[in-house]
Amino acid sequence: MKLMTTLLAASAMLALAAGAAQAKQLVFCSEASPAHFDPGPTTGGNDFDASSRTIYNRLVEFEKGGTAIEPGLAESWSTSEDGKEITFKLRPGVKFHTTSYFTPTRDLNADDVIFSFERQWKEDNAWFAYLDGLTWDYFQGMDMPRYIKEIVKVDDLTVKFVLNEPNAPMIANLAMDFASIVSKEYADQLAASGDLAAFSTQPVGTGPFVFADYQLDTVIRYQAFPDYWAGKQPIDDLIFAITTDPSVRAQRLLAGECDIMAYPAPADIAQLQGNENLVVQEQEGLNIGYMSYNTTEPPFDNVNVRKALSMAVDKAAIIEAVYQGAGQDAKNLIPPTMWSYNNNIPADTYDPEAAKKLLEEAGVTGLTTDLWAMPVSRPYNPNAQRVAELIQADWAAIGVTANIVSYEWTEYRERGKQPDRKGPFQIGWTGDNGDPDNFFATLFSCSAIGVSNYSSWCNQEFEDLIQKAKTTADQAERTALYEKAQEVFKAEEPALTLAHSKVFMPMNKRVINYKMDPLGIHRFDGVDVTE
Amino acid sequence: MLNYILRRLALIVPTIIGISICAFAFVRVLPGDPILAMAGQHGVTPERYEILREQFGYNLPIWQQYFNYLGGILQGNFGVSLATKRPVITEFMTLFPATIELALVAMFLAVIIGIPAGIFAAVKRGSWFDQLTMGVALTGYSMPIFWWGLLLIIFFSGYLGWTPVSGRIALSFFLRPITGFMLVDTLLYGNWAAFVSALRHLILPAVVLGTIPLAVIARQTRSAMLEILGEDYVRTAKAKGMSPRRVINVHALRNALIPVVTTIGLQIGLLMGGAILTETIFSWPGIGKWMIDSIAKRDYVVVQSGLLLIALIVMAVNLIVDVLYAVINPRIRVQ
Repeated sequence: MKLMTTLLAASAMLALAAGAAQAKQLVFCSEASPAHFDPGPTTGGNDFDASSRTIYNRLVEFEKGGTAIEPGLAESWSTSEDGKEITFKLRPGVKFHTTSYFTPTRDLNADDVIFSFERQWKEDNAWFAYLDGLTWDYFQGMDMPRYIKEIVKVDDLTVKFVLNEPNAPMIANLAMDFASIVSKEYADQLAASGDLAAFSTQPVGTGPFVFADYQLDTVIRYQAFPDYWAGKQPIDDLIFAITTDPSVRAQRLLAGECDIMAYPAPADIAQLQGNENLVVQEQEGLNIGYMSYNTTEPPFDNVNVRKALSMAVDKAAIIEAVYQGAGQDAKNLIPPTMWSYNNNIPADTYDPEAAKKLLEEAGVTGLTTDLWAMPVSRPYNPNAQRVAELIQADWAAIGVTANIVSYEWTEYRERGKQPDRKGPFQIGWTGDNGDPDNFFATLFSCSAIGVSNYSSWCNQEFEDLIQKAKTTADQAERTALYEKAQEVFKAEEPALTLAHSKVFMPMNKRVINYKMDPLGIHRFDGVDVTE
Repeated sequence: MLNYILRRLALIVPTIIGISICAFAFVRVLPGDPILAMAGQHGVTPERYEILREQFGYNLPIWQQYFNYLGGILQGNFGVSLATKRPVITEFMTLFPATIELALVAMFLAVIIGIPAGIFAAVKRGSWFDQLTMGVALTGYSMPIFWWGLLLIIFFSGYLGWTPVSGRIALSFFLRPITGFMLVDTLLYGNWAAFVSALRHLILPAVVLGTIPLAVIARQTRSAMLEILGEDYVRTAKAKGMSPRRVINVHALRNALIPVVTTIGLQIGLLMGGAILTETIFSWPGIGKWMIDSIAKRDYVVVQSGLLLIALIVMAVNLIVDVLYAVINPRIRVQ
């Protein structure tokens, strides 16, 4: 009997292996292994690529290649007059995946939506701590417990979010990965069998691809979901070939072992662009590299000193030397691709003479300060050490001595956010959801001091503007408020806005319909390959 | 003999304790806070931070943390990965066969090339072959693995297209592991094409990983051989008119190989170290790459338990080698 099963299994495998040769296949050389396949508690882009964007859907979705919101599992939604209630109408007939470990008996309904959020929210929910040391970082980080009062099931296909106060970014937040809708029926089945951990390793969603197999640190396999509500995908098999070294990823792409790769090393881009079998897409990243002045530390508490120091930095030279053409000068905190970008703000000028004069007027002579440089390369700042050296030289020219400081990455951020930190601090941000609030409030609101407001800057005028924008539903009105906020920001110079980087995505010519995502996510729905 | 083995086993206990202290202390002096690393880009509130510290036992005095850790290990509990939330031992067992497979093939290459090269160099001492072999061995020994690996990838995979760039098998083969050893599994499935693919994927990483042991074995064989060839009994055998081939095969080789066996045993430990770099370059899903990835993720539990598990394996291998050595060389047993 056992032999029989083995033989059967073996022949099934052979059939699969043989079948795979004819199926349309897309291989993505990804940069890291996912922690697991539950997008709720994970935080990495690689986790989301492997789970939320392949296996799951959300109530609302970002449009492909953009940050506008479009219907997802919710066909439509409406906000109440006072802005405190958002009612979602669910799409009828949405199927969950059928896999070797789960067969759904019903379509998606309001229970799934409520379960998806309550497991992250209510500590008495059996799933709140279903893995050891679980944290719901995004749910907490986006302040959901503060905004959401309750989530009510109106009927099977209607869900109402009741908020404590109006919150305009809420819809955009619900398009984020942590808000992926999971199956309550599957969770109940696992709870009954006692194997809760399987929820993270054997995922079930409504998304375009069905999870097929994961070999730890090696390869993730997905198959197109035949009953996907938006129609079956053009490719049959999606394969993530996990390849941590960027040079090796490039070699695999050149050798045809993968069709598309994430995060090429800057040094490899020219070679990839020069290869006739490849196409290298590029896009402005939805990000900002900046340097926060500690506005509570003398003499940086003086706006003219901050302005003088910014004015003394030759940003164009930095962008050329460090970003090597893969970046553009930033005059605002938000990138130009984002709505509410204030293009009337004048670009920063490089004027060491004026800077010197401004410093003298402020009575600052012989200033010595720390200058913080991140120890890691980030998309928004590929080499903070080099940037620090260039700024150090620029400042030396106006008589300011800067000592470069660096720590290991987590410690760096931890020390940097202390309100008594000494010296300007290099850091940056990549947008989560395309809403300006995700930049302004996350990085420079008063309540973010000690968390992610590295300037310890609390400006009442700015604060009023961004708080009002948050609770306003009308986008034109919000735009006006954010434009004004950018003026205040520029006038106060709590940080030197350095650059927005460019992101590259090399792929084989046979890949069609791939659109780069401004949020840095890799999406393969709708992507096809030529035979 | 039994006495000897028991003595060796008794020595292992303090060694394990020593290593566990080192691994435990090592990950605690590494910069970075695992709780903050877990929390990611958004940071974590001070209250939540305390809850997590408590949950993972980081709030306890350091000695108590160590005893909890040691107690867990004695019960076979190596902890749960902070990143994947899976038991460390499960991940280790999943990935270990890949490392063993790579190390065995690398060692096989090193032995079948290194020993004959060393013998030949010794016999033809001073010849161009001898000088070339020793020159190459010295170069191989001093080659930085990372650079060497990338060089081979760019030349053989990129430029010539003879070997795959990385991974263990072509992605078109979808074979669930049976033993975890790819060469064995492909044969168990009876899939010849998959076997060939797996073999092709093994070549470059095995060459890279085998380079240093090969150099060491070649040099060791040569010098052991030279020593033996100068012994009286070899000269006697020669004087009695024995053919040079027979002198080498019967008298010299057997004796010369005794120290080489020890060398091979010691190289196993070095192979584990080399595997960390080799696996990272070739995306070889073994424990070496797992350790590097875990350090990057500040997954302390994996790093400290992984180090200990690797140390245990190396000790076990060394014990086996020493026992084998004692079997072929009776003098060792009485010492």
